[in-house]
Amino acid sequence: MSVAIHIAHARKAYGGNVIIPDLSLDVEEGEFFTLLGSSGCGKTTLLRMIAGFNTIEGGDFFFNGQRINDIPRNKRNIGMVFQNYAVFPHMTTFENVAFGLEQRHVKDPEKTRRVEEMLDMVQISALRDRKPQNMSGGQQQRIALARAIVIQPDVLLMDEPLSNLDAKLRIEMRGAIRSIQKRSGITTVYVTHDQSEALAVSDRIAIMHKGVIQQVGTPLEVYCHPSNLFCATFIGESNMLEATALGGRKIGFPDGGRMEVPFLSDRVAEGRKVKVCVRPDEFVFSDTGVAAKVVARTFLGSSYEYQVALPGGFAVKVETGTHHAVLDVDEPVHLAFDPSIINVFDGESGDSLMAKE
Amino acid sequence: MMRRVRSDYWAMVTGLSIAFFLLFFIYPVSRVFVNSVYDVKTGTFSLDAFRKFFSKQYYTSTIANSFKVTTAATLVTLLSGSLMAYIMSTVSIRGKRVIDLMVIVSILSPPFIGAYSWIILLGRAGIVTKALDAALHVRLPGIYGFMGILLVFTVKMTPLMYLFVSGALKKIDASLIECAEGLGCVGFRKLRKIVFPLVLPTILSSSFLVFMRIFCDFGTPMLIGEGYRTVPVLIYNSFIGEMDQDYAFAAAMSVIVIAFSVVVFVAQQVIANRSTIEMSSLRPPVPERKRGVWNLLAHLFVWLVAVLSVLPLCVVVVQSFKKTDGIVYLNQFSLASYRNAFSSVGYSILNTFTYSFAAMCFILMVGVLFSYASVRHPNKATKVLDVVTTLPYIIPGSIMGISLILGFNKRPLLLTGTAFIMIVVYIVRRMPYTIRSSSAILRQVDPSLEEAAVSLGASDAASFWKITFPVMLPGVTSGALMSWMSIITELSATVLLYTTKTQTISIAIYQEVIRGNEGVACALSTILLATTVIALSLFFKLSGKREISL
Repeated sequence: MSVAIHIAHARKAYGGNVIIPDLSLDVEEGEFFTLLGSSGCGKTTLLRMIAGFNTIEGGDFFFNGQRINDIPRNKRNIGMVFQNYAVFPHMTTFENVAFGLEQRHVKDPEKTRRVEEMLDMVQISALRDRKPQNMSGGQQQRIALARAIVIQPDVLLMDEPLSNLDAKLRIEMRGAIRSIQKRSGITTVYVTHDQSEALAVSDRIAIMHKGVIQQVGTPLEVYCHPSNLFCATFIGESNMLEATALGGRKIGFPDGGRMEVPFLSDRVAEGRKVKVCVRPDEFVFSDTGVAAKVVARTFLGSSYEYQVALPGGFAVKVETGTHHAVLDVDEPVHLAFDPSIINVFDGESGDSLMAKE
Repeated sequence: MMRRVRSDYWAMVTGLSIAFFLLFFIYPVSRVFVNSVYDVKTGTFSLDAFRKFFSKQYYTSTIANSFKVTTAATLVTLLSGSLMAYIMSTVSIRGKRVIDLMVIVSILSPPFIGAYSWIILLGRAGIVTKALDAALHVRLPGIYGFMGILLVFTVKMTPLMYLFVSGALKKIDASLIECAEGLGCVGFRKLRKIVFPLVLPTILSSSFLVFMRIFCDFGTPMLIGEGYRTVPVLIYNSFIGEMDQDYAFAAAMSVIVIAFSVVVFVAQQVIANRSTIEMSSLRPPVPERKRGVWNLLAHLFVWLVAVLSVLPLCVVVVQSFKKTDGIVYLNQFSLASYRNAFSSVGYSILNTFTYSFAAMCFILMVGVLFSYASVRHPNKATKVLDVVTTLPYIIPGSIMGISLILGFNKRPLLLTGTAFIMIVVYIVRRMPYTIRSSSAILRQVDPSLEEAAVSLGASDAASFWKITFPVMLPGVTSGALMSWMSIITELSATVLLYTTKTQTISIAIYQEVIRGNEGVACALSTILLATTVIALSLFFKLSGKREISL
């Protein structure tokens, strides 16, 4: 049934334009794996290489050890969900979902049983005999999902399936996708540019940039321990503070402040320029700490976001829950953060300088 | 392995299309060029044919004639058509749907019916002419010559121009107009500064189209031109004429016309490319209710155009049920004309249907498959063919007819006089439209539909036939109906290629008019018209729309 995917040294180029230079990746069996990156980073290209819609210029793709490079795309046993749903407009919901089974010569009553089971699972049984026109995007995407899963594919590929939906539906659908994937247990590769979506649905995330994988990890890992500056800024918001390594896990700020970062790698040489990444919610207003001044305040519903100017004029973003006392613009404050939860990166290469656990 | 099979499939379609256009388009048209400077009998090259044309004022004046009447008719059409479109888009007109229907029926009606029924009305023995003479002793000048041609073309083409311009006007988003008004730009200034520039590209391209249609029209000047000779008539006469048959001369004139068409076509393309404005309107302007004199004038004008455009058709239908004695209509109704039509040229009805059906089958199969190959698997060959298939647009029908005769009147390529050549000319002239429209439809069909089918296990062929083709089908079918309507009314090319055995309805009508069997002509025209109307209602049903776009 479900398979592990192994990609070794994949390469994709259009003429002289190299999209993916050399990419290797392992997706475990039954895993919900997300390729996350901004547009043009090569994530959809990679997905379409797995599906067979893009040619492979180099490298090998394996499903459970079987090389699939030369297997025709209609024999790869893949379920695919597209950004624009690609629901067949001239067929009813039932016919859409049954299409893949018919290609596999699954006969009634098994065909009807499986289709109806699937319609039940994605909760569109009521639309069974309707054609997709006038259906909402969410309903169409449920058909597409049912159609892809009903054939019991080895791999489920999803190409930005939620980006055409409105915000509320997107959140509802991502929950549905996650739970359906868990129930069916099909290895899933999911492409998105939306970091919060990736964090919400994935077992593991690969962050891609310019055809290169920057980091692979669980949502918690990529959020809390970004492997480089790109990941730190791409996922969540980050304030970057310039600092200098003082040796022995200590760093010094330009204003003379010093602090010990407990999880800093002990191999950081003294005098090295570093960047300290503090997320807006990692800052706290306290009695001690750096003196600063509130510049602007934005109410976001569940929280407040402040622009706070540090002594050098450098402004940082600070986010606090609404239970916290509301600060006014121009109010003098003190800013502090817990050095054990922040990340430090090399000032030049951008690589993480945190100790590996 | 799979890739090879797939590319071979589409390569075959492309190859077939290329072979067809090479053999039945490029080859015969090049024969026209060769024949214009090369005498087959003596085997010598000479420019005598061109010299003959340019040396006699009698011939050069035909070009001037064609040019004058075409330009005049295009300008009048442009004015009346645009005015009507503007009125319809701004003033709420009573009976708008009826008007639109009248306009569409008139556009799709056989092109030469207009000329013929204007003769019935305003000719020397015309109904109106006689009535006026009897009642008021006013002798009308008759509609023969320049004014007649101008009248017929204006009446015939105004609806077409109206359709084009109103299509463009509908694409102007109402917010643009409201924005202009909000900024203080109203009345005539708004029209000049906002509306006119936005529809200018459409006005230009449709003017060119109307210009070429009028310029290439054979039936109208042939029937009512009399002394006023235009180029297509001269070509026809020098090719068919018993008095002055001269193939080389006809070929030379064809070359001149082709050159002229190419210049016009290229000019149109250049201007169109320079002034293209992409608009997609979310909220088209809504016509408003007006009051007073302007409202009245608007109604009068619009209804006048609409009534004039279907008047010829009504005349023909009414006349077809009149009892006739030769060319004299008696004031009694009967079905005699229909009986005569069926007994004398009934086979031409059958011919029309079999030929057009055969042509449409080929056009649809090859055209749709080729458009698929060219949109989804483009390569050098499909690109070349894309260019080649635009050329039949600019070759007038009569010249296409001459080309095919010159190309296929000798063994081993002896095809003239066969039903096959009739079908071929239909295909050559209409397939480019089908390729264009199917390609446009195909670009609207999301490629991921096919990818979804393939990922679900369908082969490439299965995904085309089960998914893409059914999705394209409604659009393709309505396009095919349009093509079919223009095939069954084709005259200018087939009138050169037919024999008595392969005569079609439109040729029969032309022949009966020439012979003076007006009752039969009217009956046949009515049959043709009824067929068109049935096809049109089918089209409306299929496309689910109440309008057409050409």
